[in-house]
Amino acid sequence: MPRWLTAALLERREETATASTLVLDVPGWPGHLPGQHVDVRLTAEDGYSTQRSYSLAAAPDGDRLELTVQRVPDGEVSPYLTGEFSVGDLVEVRGPVGGWFVWRPDEQKEPVLLVAGGSGIVPLMAMVRVRAAAGSRVPFRLVASVRGPADRLYGAELDRGSPGLDTTWIHTRTAPPGVVRAPGRLTAQDLADWGWPADFEPTVYVCGPTGFVETAAGLLVALGHHPARIRTERFGPSGG
Amino acid sequence: MAVISRGFHGRRPEPGRTLPPGQYETRDFPVLSAGPTPRVDRDRWQFTITTETGARHAWSWPDLMALPSESPTVDLHCVTKWSKFGTTWGGVSLDTLLADVETEAGYALVDSYGGYTTNLPLADLRGGRAWIAHTYDGADLAPEHGGPARLLVPHLYLWKSAKWVRGIRLLTRDEPGFWESAGYHSYGDPWREQRYQGD
Repeated sequence: MPRWLTAALLERREETATASTLVLDVPGWPGHLPGQHVDVRLTAEDGYSTQRSYSLAAAPDGDRLELTVQRVPDGEVSPYLTGEFSVGDLVEVRGPVGGWFVWRPDEQKEPVLLVAGGSGIVPLMAMVRVRAAAGSRVPFRLVASVRGPADRLYGAELDRGSPGLDTTWIHTRTAPPGVVRAPGRLTAQDLADWGWPADFEPTVYVCGPTGFVETAAGLLVALGHHPARIRTERFGPSGG
Repeated sequence: MAVISRGFHGRRPEPGRTLPPGQYETRDFPVLSAGPTPRVDRDRWQFTITTETGARHAWSWPDLMALPSESPTVDLHCVTKWSKFGTTWGGVSLDTLLADVETEAGYALVDSYGGYTTNLPLADLRGGRAWIAHTYDGADLAPEHGGPARLLVPHLYLWKSAKWVRGIRLLTRDEPGFWESAGYHSYGDPWREQRYQGD
């Protein structure tokens, strides 16, 4: 179905010490829904090529795509994309991919709870940005787990906020000064305090590493959220 | 003309290992699923095959355990690009389970505890190519990998190997499952790189 399209790097933004946002120019990009991802193909001089999938980080904007890539130590692709890959360099992309882990602003009017572990925030940020771009009044809550404040992706943008969006950072190792919650992994209490009550029947999107998603989805079910309203997207530590 | 990523070198698979197009090797066992992991009690577990005429064949957990078990070592290929070589499973061949099932059906729609579904031709469940797997690497299959039991059809992309398998409906017409209704390929042969509709 989708054809491979040529993508040129327009701009790179360092998000944290280990994650970069790549702004790509992709003539012919058909548009996407927030939460979808894209297949990326890299080809070496000798013809060897390999592919990875990355979540789309931004709202649709013509031929412009944004991917946020977390550098995986010893990875095959992410060290290149977050390092040597420079403005004007090329990759190929195909997509958008995925029709389940998406938020459809025209159809979904129920409250939304976003639960992110680490760089799992990327597709959820696309939902936040589409909500803002559409001027949607759908109430959003984002609970984002990070090791410490230096690992917050999109921290400045989320701190500026958006009416009807509540963002809570959960720090697992190091909490910044003034934060009352002691550092530690996400708990049922965190989701009860900062998520939506189950009887509001929110749609819940959970994205992060496998262990985080297993835990968070289990806590949400225990809090009374119906499994059919919990959508998950997981990524393993592999590949990169 | 090929689009070259300047300065990209990449890593070649080990000699002797052949990967399907677009795949890379991982040594982890990543997990992919669309929702929370269902917790399925073996005491209440049941697996059924229902034919196009409505005839129903059912197995409890002890029934499954009483059947001859095989130990296939297979390569896994996930549509999200990773492949894992040489995984060892324990399970019951679908040939065994289908042996006494009379059917003229050409298609199968597999369904899982938790509501997941996936479709494939019935022929792909026969010929020693598909199992109801209950162990992985010598241990009980973990819930996040589909325990207590999952379908294993390793010659197709891994989304066809439905986790938490509950039953198989045999159909005279193909009916798309969960991912197949969301833009993924109806058949999903990794060697022909059938990832998405139209591939």
